[in-house]
Amino acid sequence: MDFSFTEEQEMTRQMVREFAEREIAPVVMEYDESQQFPWEIIRKLAELGLLGILISPDYGGSGMGYIDLAIIIEELSRVDPSIGLTVAAHNSLCCNHIYLYGTEKQKKNYLPLLASGKKLGAWALTEAEAGSDASAIRATAILRDGQWVLNGSKLFITNANVGEVAVVLAVTDKSKGAKGISAFILEKGMAGFRVGKKENKLGVRASDTAELIMEDCSIPQENLLGKEGEGFINALALLDGGRVGIAAFSVGIAQGVMELCLKYSKERVQFGKPIAKFQAIQWILADMATQIDAARLLTYRAAYLRQQEQRSTKEASMAKLYASEMAVRATEKAVQIFGGYGFTKDYPVEKFYRDVKIATIGEGTSEIQHLVIARQILE
Amino acid sequence: MKIIVCIKQVPDTEAKIKIAPDGRAIDDAEINYIINPYEEYAIEEGLRTKESLGEGEVILISVGPERASTALRSGLAMGADRAIHINDSLLDENDPLLVATILSKAIQQEGYNLILCGVQGVGTDHYQVGPILAELLGIPHVGVVTKLQISPDKAVAHREIEGVSEVIETPLPALFTAQKGLNEPRYPSLKGIMMAKKKPLTLLDCQHLGLSEEEVNKLKGKALIIKLELPPMRPKGLVVQGEPSETVKQLIEWLQKETGIL
Ligand SMILES: Cc1cc2nc3c(=O)[nH]c(=O)nc-3n(C[C@H](O)[C@H](O)[C@H](O)COP(=O)(O)OP(=O)(O)OC[C@H]3O[C@@H](n4cnc5c(N)ncnc54)[C@H](O)[C@@H]3O)c2cc1C
Ligand SMILES: Cc1cc2nc3c(=O)[nH]c(=O)nc-3n(C[C@H](O)[C@H](O)[C@H](O)COP(=O)(O)OP(=O)(O)OC[C@H]3O[C@@H](n4cnc5c(N)ncnc54)[C@H](O)[C@@H]3O)c2cc1C
Repeated sequence: MDFSFTEEQEMTRQMVREFAEREIAPVVMEYDESQQFPWEIIRKLAELGLLGILISPDYGGSGMGYIDLAIIIEELSRVDPSIGLTVAAHNSLCCNHIYLYGTEKQKKNYLPLLASGKKLGAWALTEAEAGSDASAIRATAILRDGQWVLNGSKLFITNANVGEVAVVLAVTDKSKGAKGISAFILEKGMAGFRVGKKENKLGVRASDTAELIMEDCSIPQENLLGKEGEGFINALALLDGGRVGIAAFSVGIAQGVMELCLKYSKERVQFGKPIAKFQAIQWILADMATQIDAARLLTYRAAYLRQQEQRSTKEASMAKLYASEMAVRATEKAVQIFGGYGFTKDYPVEKFYRDVKIATIGEGTSEIQHLVIARQILE
Repeated sequence: MKIIVCIKQVPDTEAKIKIAPDGRAIDDAEINYIINPYEEYAIEEGLRTKESLGEGEVILISVGPERASTALRSGLAMGADRAIHINDSLLDENDPLLVATILSKAIQQEGYNLILCGVQGVGTDHYQVGPILAELLGIPHVGVVTKLQISPDKAVAHREIEGVSEVIETPLPALFTAQKGLNEPRYPSLKGIMMAKKKPLTLLDCQHLGLSEEEVNKLKGKALIIKLELPPMRPKGLVVQGEPSETVKQLIEWLQKETGIL
């Protein structure tokens, strides 16, 4: 058994860490407060190849794997979860759906633009009435005169405003349930396709979340992505990779707050000594460190399995469940260790405490992860 | 144009330094090693020169133990074309005369038009390898450079001296040592990282450079590290608060009692 990262992976981690600390850390609060999309940072990430992580160089990508993806999302989220989430959704959902299931023509058309970051991508499954129960979506796509006509709306879609390409799931045959759902590639500017309300969120406020609306949106027949009726099945397979991303997002956040706590608890003096000298604080820190490592091991195991193209549904769900719940606890404890200062926006733990909560909700809530894991072990 | 960049791998500037049991070296058990930051400027300048001339080759050279190859790979990931790693148990990468001599042999074998070094290696901070190397090669040297314009046969270098900028023109080949401010080093891209392993990294030892053990030993030890000590802990400061009449009193009392200055 070998737990070491390759030299390239270590280099990638160091590069992303340095980038995040120098270029992102100074402006994190500014973007959070204004809820502006950090275009300047995203453009720099694009130049470094971070918007085409999994895509082969044949389509202008970086040709890296799921372990590298996890490293990158972990390191970005350690400094700014909003950027971690933007990068995760673009790479592991939108790009990867086209990369894994697209035709050669679709891949040639879209991947170079997405991988180079000239266009950002969104991935739209959730609807107002279909979140956890995702196969209950109501958006429809009907083939009419050689064109797909889409109707319906998608809620809580990451990169909905800023993205110019969207993979959208819609029902093509209602009688077949989950096997009657297909995926489509939509582009901004197509008639009948528009952005709805932008969400005002608790956390990850510099990540763009909004509604996507299709009203008699007519698209070429060739924009069907994957086989007709396989959109939902492909989406589930995709989520095995996506959940590794959310697990890495969680590990990064927890690592970020732990480092802040270690520093703060050694500096903050109460009762004549640094609070790190109190056993009550030491217990919290020891638990944090242990649980972060456990989550990290689950995360990289799931990434490894996925990279080996082995089945990883259970392992990805376990990693996502454990890491996200762990990170929520860690940020709560971090605010506690910072005391009154942790409750203010002058100290960074307050933002992590808000940002982390999406991890137990997005790409399947914790309850849904329990269902997935239970189904796998009872099989 | 053949652009040589000499790089050293050094302890991370954020690493917590502990002294090894022998008292003469640092304990490297838990230390993360990086490219000497001043040499990141040198690499960046080499890459920019190649890009602006539209031709050339950037070759990295490092003297150091096995781990130094990681620094060379990082430099290749930034965009350098190939690397030479000189590793020999006879060598000591912290001995400036020895390192400069070894580098001069390798660089003479390689051929060169332009040589870039960092102004100093953080940690040991000798500021010597660049100037000694230029001297051994018999070429001009401009140190502590903050701006550099290279054309095919000459260079114009700027350096900050007391209150003014000094501008120096020199024919090539020449050697320059990079100071902070020379440029903003790029981050290696993911593509650069993936390509780094495919680029040539040549391993050399003293024998390859035509140096016998005896010759190496003769060069060594012109300066010896006798002892390393950590800087003394900064004594606790005093914050005086309140009205000026109060704070002055507090300060005087402190200066009398705690410091003996008054
Ligand atoms: C910031 C953000 C970004 C997002 N980005 C995207 C995106 O890019 N693309 C996309 O398609 N979606 C996206 N989503 C949507 C996200 O995936 C859904 O919010 C999530 O799947 C939960 O669905 P829901 O909000 O409808 O909650 P519901 O499904 O209504 O769940 C409400 C509660 O009921 C629980 N529950 C539901 N069913 C069960 C059950 N069977 N047993 C036990 N408990 C159950 C849930 O766990 C939860 O606690 C995003 C959401 C947010 C907040
Ligand atoms: C919104 C807000 C409103 C407030 N309003 C008021 C107000 O109206 N009036 C007022 O006077 N104050 C007020 N406060 C201050 C509040 O009472 C303090 O923030 C609180 O007492 C904690 O002190 P601290 O922030 O200095 O944290 P610290 O005392 O520095 O504590 C930091 C951490 O160390 C832990 N710790 C400290 N000592 C020990 C120990 N011996 N053993 C184990 N753990 C230890 C703490 O539990 C905490 O987790 C307010 C604070 C906030 C955030």
